[in-house]
This record gives sequence, C-alpha cells and structure tokens, in this order.
Amino acid sequence: MARASNVKNRLNRGDGAWAYAFIAIALVVYALFTAYPVVSAFLVSFQEYRPLGSEYIGFDNYSGIFASELFWKAIMNTLVYTVLTVPVALIISFAVAIAIMPLKKWAQTTFKAIYYLPAVASGVALSVVWLWIYDPLPGGILNQLIGMLGIPSQNWLGASSTSMFSLVLMSWLSSHGTSIIIYVAALLGIDESYYEAAEIDGATFWQKMWHIVLPCLKPTTLFLLVTGVIGSFQVFQNAYLMTGGGPDHSTTMVGLLIFDTAFKYFEFGKAAAQSLVLAAIIGVIAFIQFKFLGKDVEY
Amino acid sequence: MALFNNHLGNRTAKYTRNTILVILLLLFAMATIFPIYFMIMSSFGDPVEAGAVSYSIWPSKFSLESYKFFFAFSEYSYRWILNSLVVATVVMVSNVVFATMAGYAFSKIQFRGRNVLFAILLAAMMIPYQVTQVPLYILIVNIFEIQNTYSALIMPTLVTVYNIFLAKQFMGTIPKEILESAKVEGCNQFQIFVKIIMPLSKTVMAVMAILTFMETWNTFFWPFLVTNTMDMQTIQVGLKNFRFANTTYFAPMMAGATISAVPMFILFFSLQRYFLEGVTVGAVKG
Repeated sequence: MARASNVKNRLNRGDGAWAYAFIAIALVVYALFTAYPVVSAFLVSFQEYRPLGSEYIGFDNYSGIFASELFWKAIMNTLVYTVLTVPVALIISFAVAIAIMPLKKWAQTTFKAIYYLPAVASGVALSVVWLWIYDPLPGGILNQLIGMLGIPSQNWLGASSTSMFSLVLMSWLSSHGTSIIIYVAALLGIDESYYEAAEIDGATFWQKMWHIVLPCLKPTTLFLLVTGVIGSFQVFQNAYLMTGGGPDHSTTMVGLLIFDTAFKYFEFGKAAAQSLVLAAIIGVIAFIQFKFLGKDVEY
Repeated sequence: MALFNNHLGNRTAKYTRNTILVILLLLFAMATIFPIYFMIMSSFGDPVEAGAVSYSIWPSKFSLESYKFFFAFSEYSYRWILNSLVVATVVMVSNVVFATMAGYAFSKIQFRGRNVLFAILLAAMMIPYQVTQVPLYILIVNIFEIQNTYSALIMPTLVTVYNIFLAKQFMGTIPKEILESAKVEGCNQFQIFVKIIMPLSKTVMAVMAILTFMETWNTFFWPFLVTNTMDMQTIQVGLKNFRFANTTYFAPMMAGATISAVPMFILFFSLQRYFLEGVTVGAVKG
C-alpha cells in the first residue's frame, strides 16, 4: 500500500508545475480581461470617471439610477421583452422538437439545420434585413402580407405602439435553433423502456407526454429558461441597430441604456453602477428560478 | 420513437399524421429562413434608391451591380473582410490551443488550488458582459492605449472560460488508465497532452474552433468600440457604416449583409455535424 502510493507519488512528481504551465495563459487572460474589469467596475461605480483623475462620489451613481425614470422604463421594457420572448421560444422549440421526432433521421437533421441557420448569420446582417421587412411604406414586405389580410399598413419600428412587438416578432422567428436542437437531444435521451411500460398500461400519446416527457425534460427546460432569461436581460443589439431605443424610449432595454450611458454620454461611473444593478437583478432572478422550479432537478 | 404509437393504428393514420407534421414544420421553416432567402435574393437587384424599387419575394433579376456598389463604398471594404478573417482565425487558434491545455489541466491533473481556480473561472460565466465592458474599454483605450489595433480586437477573447469549460467537460470522459500507463512508460505531461489527449479530443477541438470562429466573425460591439478608422474595422462594423451612410439603397445593403453572412453559411453547411454537436455539449446532462 505504502509502496503503491510511493510509486504514484514519483509518477506524479512535476505534474503540478505542468498544470500551472497549462493554465498560465488562460489565467493571465482571465485576470486581465475578466477579473480586473469586474473589480474595476465596482471601483468605477463609486466615482465620477474622468480619464485624468476620477473623483470619489460615494453612492451618488446608484441613487441617481434609482431616481431615474428612464432606468425604470428600461427595466420594464426588458421585462416585457423577456416575458414575451423566452416562454414563447420555449413552447415553439418544444413543439417543433416533438413534431420532428417521428421523422426519418435525414429529415430531422435537415429541419434542425434550417432552424439553426439564423443563429449562424451575423446579428448585423439580420438586423439589416429585418429593417427592410419592417419598411413602413405600403410596399414593405410585412405590410404587403398584412395587407392581404385586410389590415392597414403599420409603421412597425417607427411607432411606439408596435416597435417592441416588432423586436419580439423578430426574436420569435430567429432565435429558437439552439433550443430546438437541445430539446431534440434531450428527447432522444429518454429511455425507451418508459414508453414501453406506458404502452403496456395502455397510455395514450398525451398521457405519455404528461407523465414521461414533461418530467424527463424538466432539467432541460429549466436550463433553457434560466439561460434564456439571463440572455434576454442582456439583449440590446437589435434594439441598438434597428430602433436605437426609440421611438420615445419604447425599446430602450437596460443593456442599451448602459451602452448609451457609457459610450454616448461617456458617464463611465454611472454605466458601471447600472451594469452592477443589472448583474444583481439577473442574479436574483436566476436564484428564484432555481429555488422554485429546480426543487427536484439535480445538477 | 415510441413516444408516438408507431405500431398501433393503421398505416394510413400514421402516414396522415406524419404528413401533417411535415407540413407544419415546413411552414415554420419557411418563416425562419425567409429573411435569409429575402436577403440573398434581393442582393442581386439593381443598386437604385428604395423609392424606385418595389420589393418582391420572387427573384426577378440577376445582377452583381449591387455587390460592386457595396465594395465601391469604401476603399477599405475588402480590408474589412480580411480584418474579420485575421481576427477570427487568431482568436480561434489561440482558443483551441490554450483552452484545450487548460481544460486538460483542470480535468485530469491534480494540483493545488485546482477546484478553487476552476470555481473562480466559472463564476465569470454568471457575470453579464455589460459589467466588464466599460472597464475593459477603459483598460484597452486609456491604459494600454492600443485602440484601433489587431491586439485590441483579439486580446480580450484569446481564451474564453466557456471554451475551457467545454474542453474540461469533454475530457472528463477520457479514461485515466490510459494516462497512467503513459506515465509508467515515462511520458511527461506535455508528451501526454500532445500524443494522447490531443488526438482523443479532436471532436471537441473542432467544435470549439468552429463556434469560436463564428462568434468572432459575427461579433459587432467590441470591434465597433475599439476601432475608429475604416481600415481597422471588421466586416460587421463596415456593414453598419454602410447602412448608416446609404439608408435608402436597398439592394446594396442586402449585398453587404449577404457578404457578411455567407462565409458562415458555407462553414455551417460543410461542417454542420460539429455545429449541431457543439450546441448540445455542456447543455444536456443525463
């Protein structure tokens, strides 16, 4: 016993040094470009940032945020966007994944590839295309389409009543590829014997769905929900590129507000404070989701 | 799949059911790829101002004039593609090398502080990127003073935590007996890494390479923030410039969008398996 561990020790000698060598670059990059910025964000959030000599102003940035009407509006917009996109995306992905199951392997792969395609295209390219789909003139593609249904032309991105919906619609049609693929993989991972046992008991399709599929996919759903909500709270690229947050701040999300504060008004201290508030909100929401939905989910 | 009762019921019922499902799936697929179809199809139109075109969803014309118009917009428009290519390639290679190394160390070597260090790395994945963005910008622009260089575009993503995590997850499945016997034969850790781990990890390295390349190619905000002359911009930033400068030129804008997106489509269709695999790695557990 002692000998064996001796041999092992001799074999493992020098491993530690190799390990540190292997992780050295990763740690340096992490320390410089992730750890340092996080610490720095905390410090900057208590300052009025100026390139030469910032001034410490305590909690002024934070109190400024909570007093700002625009910040609460941005939070509301982000919430509305999240509530409208994430659950719908989950339901669509789930339904599509179920519908794909009885198909042949090649058909499954083809459909998965098609649904994943928008995720491959750059966000800037997609925003450019959607901008034209939402062309407010009667000749615009979407206006032509609703014209066929007898609905008058809309000023999609230009009116505060439809601007948020336009961003949501775009998200419905271009951001489900990943979750479909993950759902299909999870469905394929369910043990056949569950279905066989259920069939012997004479279970119908819906019974199997309710008693086997939904419980088995709960961890996957929770994963997609949590990552979806976290992602959605940070979303602002489409808003930035397509509406710029307008009209009348109807599409200003928190992410966009932070971006504007930092890079339009160059108030770095305030932006840092806003980003930390956002981080706290995301943390709380993720925690709540795990607490209430993750009771019997093991990770 | 036995979720559907394939052997109960008669053939016609099964056939009808599958046909309905396929039709629904096709309708949704059409809605999904319509913007992409519309983009590519319209890019072959003439470069005239929007007032003069009426959009059609059917191809009416095949001309490359709009592509010429896009490239004529800036003398650096070819340079944008080159910049994107350079940045994405360097980031891809460095991620594959360094994330694989770090993933191996975290998954298979015992060393002091391993768990603590890995936990610290993972914690970073919970932090929204808005938090790091402002200080990172200050670091690159005000402290290092390297804005508008390749270094500024590349350095922050040399190794990402996500890729280290991906590598570690994958290497957890490599049996440690192989590594032990290699050690008995007298291999040091570097030899084990090069001769055993790398050949066994080809799949995860390919997945990492592809996803990293795609993400870097498509990224917009960081290059937008740290570049300020056209010759250093990437294709995504260039496309945005073009859009704001030519708000009414429909077909050239579509041509620009197509140019920025099509390289990734080609990559996707030729290496589809790795893309689809990459999505599920780390997401589905048991």
